[in-house]
Formats: sequence, structure tokens, C-alpha cells
Amino acid sequence: MTGAFVVERWTTASRIGFLVIAFAIVVLVAAPIVLKAGTLDRLTALFIYVMLAAMWNALAGYGGLVSIGQQLFFGLGAYFTVRLADAGLNPFASTIAAALIVAGIAWAMSHFMLQLRGGEFAIGMWVLSELTHLLVNLDRLVQGETGTSLISMNVYDPDNRRIAIYLLAFGIMVALLGALYALLRSKSGAAIQAIRDNEVAATSVGVDVLKTKRILFVLAAFGIGLAGALWLCSALTFQPKTYFSVQWTAYMIFMVLVGGIGKFEGAILGALLFFTIETWFGGTGVWYLIGLGLAAVVFSLFFPKGIWGAIEQRFGITLLPIGYRLKIIGGAE
Amino acid sequence: MAPTVLGAKQVSKRFGALAVLDRVDFHVQEGEAIGIVGPNGAGKTTLMNVLSGTLTPSDGHVELLGEDVTASSAADRCHRGLSKTHQIPLPFLGMTVFENIYVAASHGAALTGEAGYELTYESLKLCGMLAIANRKAETIGLLDRKRLELARALATRPKILLLDEIGGGLTDAETSELVETIRELRRRGISIVWIEHIVHVLLQVVERLICMDAGRIIADGEPIAVMKDKAVVEAYLGRTPE
Ligand SMILES: Nc1ncnc2c1ncn2[C@@H]1O[C@H](COP(=O)(O)OP(=O)(O)OP(=O)(O)O)[C@@H](O)[C@H]1O
Ligand SMILES: [Mg+2]
Repeated sequence: MTGAFVVERWTTASRIGFLVIAFAIVVLVAAPIVLKAGTLDRLTALFIYVMLAAMWNALAGYGGLVSIGQQLFFGLGAYFTVRLADAGLNPFASTIAAALIVAGIAWAMSHFMLQLRGGEFAIGMWVLSELTHLLVNLDRLVQGETGTSLISMNVYDPDNRRIAIYLLAFGIMVALLGALYALLRSKSGAAIQAIRDNEVAATSVGVDVLKTKRILFVLAAFGIGLAGALWLCSALTFQPKTYFSVQWTAYMIFMVLVGGIGKFEGAILGALLFFTIETWFGGTGVWYLIGLGLAAVVFSLFFPKGIWGAIEQRFGITLLPIGYRLKIIGGAE
Repeated sequence: MAPTVLGAKQVSKRFGALAVLDRVDFHVQEGEAIGIVGPNGAGKTTLMNVLSGTLTPSDGHVELLGEDVTASSAADRCHRGLSKTHQIPLPFLGMTVFENIYVAASHGAALTGEAGYELTYESLKLCGMLAIANRKAETIGLLDRKRLELARALATRPKILLLDEIGGGLTDAETSELVETIRELRRRGISIVWIEHIVHVLLQVVERLICMDAGRIIADGEPIAVMKDKAVVEAYLGRTPE
């Protein structure tokens, strides 16, 4: 006989959290009415950072797949956008189509890359990224490091274009975060967390580790591909070395480690922090990079679980719960 | 005779030059409860890992419910009905006790939603863990981690259950509780293979005992007879010169 029980999946904090998020969405959608052009561009960059952090976190924080070659997908997202737009597709539609191609490539890659372990995988991804960079350079349209640009964007009025890109980036960010959140709350989400915590035990209890990692790998490639495509829409010029730079992955790692690896909220928080540091100190050249490095060291020494990890531990709150809480009704039998 | 549900055929396992299993033949009949004993380092855990798919054998075959599963993953064997506990507990530390078990119910037994919750609840209750269901696994002690291993293995709805030293360090009362739980599992028709150093506990449940030493099965049969076997006595006491 089983007693009466319920399983709760939402908390009071999360209900308030959702109201705040809904409010933030409305405000950010309406923001272009009042914000200046420069601010809109910065916010677009912030949305892209959030996507990058969330996707790297999904891959490394949950899948245990630490890659230092995610610039591969960032670069390819931008590259295919240029290519498709050059072939006559609307530049905005090109971003989505490009990311779908990137996801397809990632799916094919996953068949051999996911066989690699730890360091081999990390370095292997970097090597593939460098190779892809060289291949892209061979494209006549790109002309090596000279690069090219998204000329078809020029048909739009610059102000409207800026707003359209801002809204597109915001919409994609919300959709990606929503998809990741839904994934983490689903049956696969339980598997994903189990793999994060212990892969051997996960297989023992019937989790298909390879399939689960593949979902994360492809999702991360898709999201980072979109980020690259959006970055191109906003920057307009495509120079391969800017997009295929390992610096992108370094930023992702920074944001995730500082925010809290393996925590949904952590990646978002890390992106916000990174964005703030960049906004204030980005102009100080090499000191900015040293500062980033120092911050990363300080955080890994004193807050190994990142800012969000520390907050969660200290206050015991979860804004976006993915767990299950057993509540026994009327006490035990 | 009842059909064979699990079998190792001429299984060897080497780690580099070290031979840990040496052409082991081992079969489990449906509904049977088998105890495995043997000195430290005999290869008991390794045999279990080869059976469950955590390790691939260097030689030989593993058969599960009539099919050769030597090449299939632990997850696949779990779906077919084989489950095990880990000697050194491997909880999902960042998840609660309930969530740990729900992973097994939703993936191993493929029951999600309410049906998965029911199964999780039932496993928790059977292992006496309802009171700590919402605790993060990183906060629970070794004994509870062992209970969690058992509860998680049960939530995959196994036909065959491999237990690796889940009884060590228990008080007498806790030991009899555990024995009662395992007997209940037998009544449900689950075949059991149980590694344990404490023989008198094993003897309360199993009808067949196996003793391993240095990667081989040195005795196999009726428990009391196995315990009196000369090779077994020697393996435990250290070899006596001829
Ligand atoms: N991954 C490994 N690499 C190298 N040697 C290993 C590995 N796993 C086990 N061994 C060795 O294999 C031998 C058998 O180990 P195993 O864990 O199977 O013994 P056991 O019978 O379970 O012992 P215990 O009673 O102590 O649990 C030991 O000598 C051990 O050191
Ligand atoms: Mg052992």
C-alpha cells in the first residue's frame, strides 16, 4: 500500500520569479521606444553573451563536456549566414537557417567527438575549430582574412534594422533559455543532471549517456551558431579570425565559472557580470583582460560553485526549479 | 530446472598485466539467490561490473535472459532487467534522494509522471528513506548512501539484482531489516546475487554460495558445504604449505 503523497515542482520563490521574468520581458520588448541606439546595441551584445554562457553551461556544466572549441559553431553560424544571404535569402531568415545547418553539422560531428574523453574532447574541439577556420578562409566569397560583409542588410534603414536585430536577439535568447529550461525539467533533464553528477551511476540506472550528451552537444551548437549569426547581423562584417577566435570560448568559460557551473541561473548571472565588467573596463585594454583573469581565479578559489551557487547555499532559494519535492500528506503511515 | 537468466562464460578481465578474472563461468537461475564471498581483491566486484556492463571483459561472453549482451552498455542491460548497487556508493550528489531514485524510475523502468513518482515512493519506503527524501544526496552519510544504492537499483524494476556489500557497518537491528527487505524482493521473484563479507547475514537469504579467490571461483554450491570446503578455508586463512 502506498500512502498519500504529492510531488511538487514549483516553489513560491519560483512563482514570484516568473512574474519578475514576465515583467522583464515586457519591459525589454518595449525598450526600443525609449532607448538610444548605442544602448540597444549593447543590450543586443548582452543577449548574445547570455546565449553563449547558457549553451556552454549546458554542455560543460550538465553534460560534463568541456570544450574549448565552441568558437567553431560561433564562426560557422556567422559564415553560413553570410553565405545564405549572398545566395539571396533574407538576412534575418539566414540566421535561423544557418544555425540549423550548424546543428546538422554538430549532429554529424557528435558521432566521433563524443567518443573522446575529457582533455581529448576539449583539445579535439579546438583543433576542429582551427581546421574549419582554415577551410572557411578558402571560400572565394570570404577571401581569406580579408573577409566579407552582410551587404543585404543595407536595404534596411539603420534605425529600424537596429531595433529588428535587438528584438530578434532578445526573442532568440528567450526561446533558447525557455527550451533549455523545458529540457532540464523534462525526463531528459533528470538524466542530464545525473550525468553531470556521476556518469557511471547514470548508466547503471538506465540513462542512455551518449544520446543525452548528443542532445546537449547539438543544442549547444545550435544556440552558439545563432549567437554567431546574430553577432554578424549587428557587426555586419565577417572576418574569419574574429569569429573563430578562442576568445569566445574563454568568455563562455569565464561567465559560467563565475556565475555558477551546472546552474541554470548561474550562467545568466555570469553573463550579466561579464557584460558589466566589459562595459566599465572594456576600454582599458590589457588591464581589462588581466582583471578578467584575476576575477576568474578569485572566484574559483573562494566561490567554487559560482555566485549563484553561493546564493543558493546561503539562502536556500531556487528561482527556476527543475527538481522534484516529495510531500507526504497526513504524515507517514 | 528454472531457466538461466544471467551467465558469464569463460570471462577474463585483465588490467594491463594484472589478471583479475581468469576464465570465470557463472550462471544464475531464475528466482535464485546466490551469495558471493572471497578475500579482498579476489575479483568479486570486477565480476559484477563485467556482468552489469560497467566493464567490458577482456575475453569471454555475458548472457542476459538468453541473449549475448557482451557488447551492450550498462544502460541497455538495465532496460533488459539487470540492476546493481555500487560497492562504493555513487549517489548523484547534486540531486535530492527522491530525484536520485526518480532518475532510475524514469529511465531504468521508463515510468514517468505519476507512475514514476509511485515507483520512486515505493522504493523509498521499502528502503526506509521517506524521511530524508528531500535531502540533497551530498548531505547524507555512508549508510544512507548504501540504502540509496539499493533504492535506486530497485526503482529500475530489475528481474535480476546484483548487490555489492550493502550490509557492512549496520547494527543488528538494521541488518535484520535489510535481510527482511531482500527476502521480500525474493518473494517478488527477483533473482539475487549478493557479495558480502559477513557470511552469517548471507546465509539468512541465499541458498547457494560461491567463493572466489585470485580471479577464480574456487567453490560453488550449498552454503554450509562451501564454508567447510578445504580450498575456501585455505583462501581465508592464507595458504598452508603442503
Ligand atoms: N580499474 C582497475 N585497474 C586496475 N586494477 C584494478 C581495477 N579494478 C580492480 N583492480 C584490481 O583487481 C583486483 C580485484 O578487485 P575487485 O574490486 O574485483 O576485488 P573484490 O573481490 O571486490 O575485493 P573487495 O572485497 O576488497 O571489495 C584487485 O587487486 C584490484 O586492485
Ligand atoms: Mg569488491
